[in-house]
Amino acid sequence: MTDLGEHLLSTRDVATFVARGFLAMPAVVPEDLNLAAIEELGEILATWGSDARPHAPSSGQRLSDIYPAPSAVGTVLRHPPVAGALRSLLGADPVFDHDFVHHKPAGDPFGQPLHQDAMIDPTVAFDVQLFYFPHEVAPGAGGTGFVPGTHLRRVHETDVGRYVHVAGEQQWAGPAGSVVLFHQGLWHRGMANPSGTDRLMYKIRLNPTEPQVRHWDTSDLDALHNGPDDHLFARFRTDSVAGILRHREPWQGEADHRLELAARASLWRYLTGDDRFDVDWYLTRTEARAALS
Amino acid sequence: MMDPATQRQQVLFLYLEHSGLDGRVVAWSFHDGSGRAAELDGSPPYPTGTAALRDGWRLLQVSPVPQRMPGSERVAGRLEHELLLERIVDA
Repeated sequence: MTDLGEHLLSTRDVATFVARGFLAMPAVVPEDLNLAAIEELGEILATWGSDARPHAPSSGQRLSDIYPAPSAVGTVLRHPPVAGALRSLLGADPVFDHDFVHHKPAGDPFGQPLHQDAMIDPTVAFDVQLFYFPHEVAPGAGGTGFVPGTHLRRVHETDVGRYVHVAGEQQWAGPAGSVVLFHQGLWHRGMANPSGTDRLMYKIRLNPTEPQVRHWDTSDLDALHNGPDDHLFARFRTDSVAGILRHREPWQGEADHRLELAARASLWRYLTGDDRFDVDWYLTRTEARAALS
Repeated sequence: MMDPATQRQQVLFLYLEHSGLDGRVVAWSFHDGSGRAAELDGSPPYPTGTAALRDGWRLLQVSPVPQRMPGSERVAGRLEHELLLERIVDA
């Protein structure tokens, strides 16, 4: 197994991913590799669905085995900061689910309805979707739209397409070589591209094959990981995981936010193996009372 | 009544942060049968549901207050506090 020590995510990074459902790594891929990837993605797009497609992986193949050298896409996926982030969230040996090259031509007026990929999914264990933007994406120039904090809501595909605008929705814009990691459940959509520049994006979905427990750089975990009594209505810390998980998105009212806190706390329990973890006592009080009856 | 020869319907979905009509708007969708404006810009058209009423929109439907199902009380999904409003405009 490759030693990715210095490239693993921090506890703060992973807690932010749990709270918001995404993690952005701007300009993480070097420019020479971006140029090679743009060329290869063009070849993949041109041959999509045919036997001529280079490096076509199969669902269930190990990430370490797909897009073998000298594939530029494979080099991106094995680029240490990218591989370290994937290892941190998925564990050592994730497998390929599917991928696609998303090309939004200049002037394309069509956008997708808001959706969650695949289908409604009740598991706490999660897939990661990696979005790679090999060239600069200017604001409003067809970058992927996404709604932070929606990843833990159980909805099915385009059932949420009625929501044309959601407060806090973001549209990706950033430098060449940016990678954005999505929790599988994050609501997102392809956007129109009114700009004069084509937009290319590569997306790959990966499945974990082992419990996603403490695979990141946990050297800061003891300092940040709070006890179940970190409670905003009693005694609380702001420099704790709970403090990070309390982040509130603009679309969340009070009732929504509390349900999200419970869902985030449950996910953090899974990621750390600490089944006593809590944010604001919501899980703890109910579990303690349930044990009485 | 709407005269389809001369009039069209505009439809506005508003999603509020709680079940009261004075709740803050957190999501919205606008559809214009007159074809004049396919979309609003990126800012909420009204700060609350009642602000839309004051501006002449007619409320057609509002979501019932949510009832959490036993066994899945904490499961969140769709946005729950939906107002469906209409306005009749000249074609």
